[in-house]
Amino acid sequence: MYAQMVKSTGNQVKNLEEMEPDERAFQTRINADIKIEAKDWMPDGYRRTLIRQISQHAHSEIVGQLPESNWIKRAPTLERKAILLAKVQDEAGHGLYLYCAAETLGISRDEMTEQLLAGKAKYSSIFNYPTLSWADMGAIGWLVDGAAIMNQVPLQYCSFGPYARAMVRICKEESFHQRQGFDIMMKLVGGTKAQKDMAQDALNRWWWPALMMFGPPDASSVHSAQSFAWNIKQNSNDELRQKFVDQTVPQAQHLGLEIPDADLVWNEDKGSYDYGAVDWDEFFAVLSGNGPCNAERLQARQKAWDDGAWFREGLTANAQKRAKL
Amino acid sequence: MSSTAKKANIVKKASTVKKAGTVKKEWPLWEVFVRGQHGLAHRHVGSLHAPDSKMAMNNARDVYTRRGEGLSIWVVPSHTITASAPSDKGPLFEPANSKVYRHPGFFNIPDEIGHM
Ligand SMILES: [Fe+2]
Ligand SMILES: [Fe+2]
Repeated sequence: MYAQMVKSTGNQVKNLEEMEPDERAFQTRINADIKIEAKDWMPDGYRRTLIRQISQHAHSEIVGQLPESNWIKRAPTLERKAILLAKVQDEAGHGLYLYCAAETLGISRDEMTEQLLAGKAKYSSIFNYPTLSWADMGAIGWLVDGAAIMNQVPLQYCSFGPYARAMVRICKEESFHQRQGFDIMMKLVGGTKAQKDMAQDALNRWWWPALMMFGPPDASSVHSAQSFAWNIKQNSNDELRQKFVDQTVPQAQHLGLEIPDADLVWNEDKGSYDYGAVDWDEFFAVLSGNGPCNAERLQARQKAWDDGAWFREGLTANAQKRAKL
Repeated sequence: MSSTAKKANIVKKASTVKKAGTVKKEWPLWEVFVRGQHGLAHRHVGSLHAPDSKMAMNNARDVYTRRGEGLSIWVVPSHTITASAPSDKGPLFEPANSKVYRHPGFFNIPDEIGHM
């Protein structure tokens, strides 16, 4: 998802009898749905895994602003521009809530920024695709934010208090994002033939990358068991992907658009859709830095950091001067 | 430029970040409290980094009240907050456990008395 490949400890999940008293007390609390707070004792692996997961999630929110910011200046009306601006501003806020949550675990904001700029940190593969037309703003809100919601709603109930609370704030705002996207799609499909074609083209390009957002198939997700036991992951990748397909296909039908998957078919027995094979080679290539826009995204983040330096320094100097007065 | 060359270029550039001194000592952390429309107490909503109280207030407005969540904001330097330690949970909170009579439900009042 926004954290697609979180390396966990790689160790086998222990059962309660095998644990030292501290860890047993910790796991017992998680099993009883009691939140873990930043100052509570926690296993090192829990801390490290969560730092990775939350910082990947935060980086995704921040980098995720870039594809959409491409269209702020070119939005078709002043109202659409204001709406898109508000949506992108929300994503900046999501990044900040999440950076704060990660900081409670002992990593600093600057360390996380450095990791991102150095190309060492992961963020969601979805944000490495280009936004070629206005219809992409519709497809992103509808599909990308839609997929994000699917993953973030259960995270509101995860075991780590600061992460769960950040997710509560985020989920309150996401529905606006998805609905504004769907609204753009509705407008386009109700328009001219060229506008409807634009909507279909956007769906064609975003559908498969959206399915990849849920991460690799369960059979190759090696790190899930421990994250399930710690209640920092509640649903398997394939489970959420299926849910997303089942929810989205009828919405596409309502729009009169066609999902770009020849193998998509309703399966009466399982009561859900069968869908075609996802190109996992593409996913791993994009995640490891070789997607269409990886370099451009990091350059944009680096430029923002560099261009903001004089302002940050000015504020710091001013604060220091006033503190001395 | 090939994409690998491009990538190498970025990585090189990024590694100079620290040396160039653009990553400075971090701005202090502030805790943000917001009082909503309905006259309840200020409630903790999150935290942020800012160089001083004025910027902390500006940022708190942008980050935590984009949807009319509040009528008043407090920003407090995080380091000035004294928090109870998790290990104090016993001595602090256990004494209350044995005093169930503090809850009104402890007392049985006959139905015919009505609401009390
Ligand atoms: Fe978001
Ligand atoms: Fe969003």
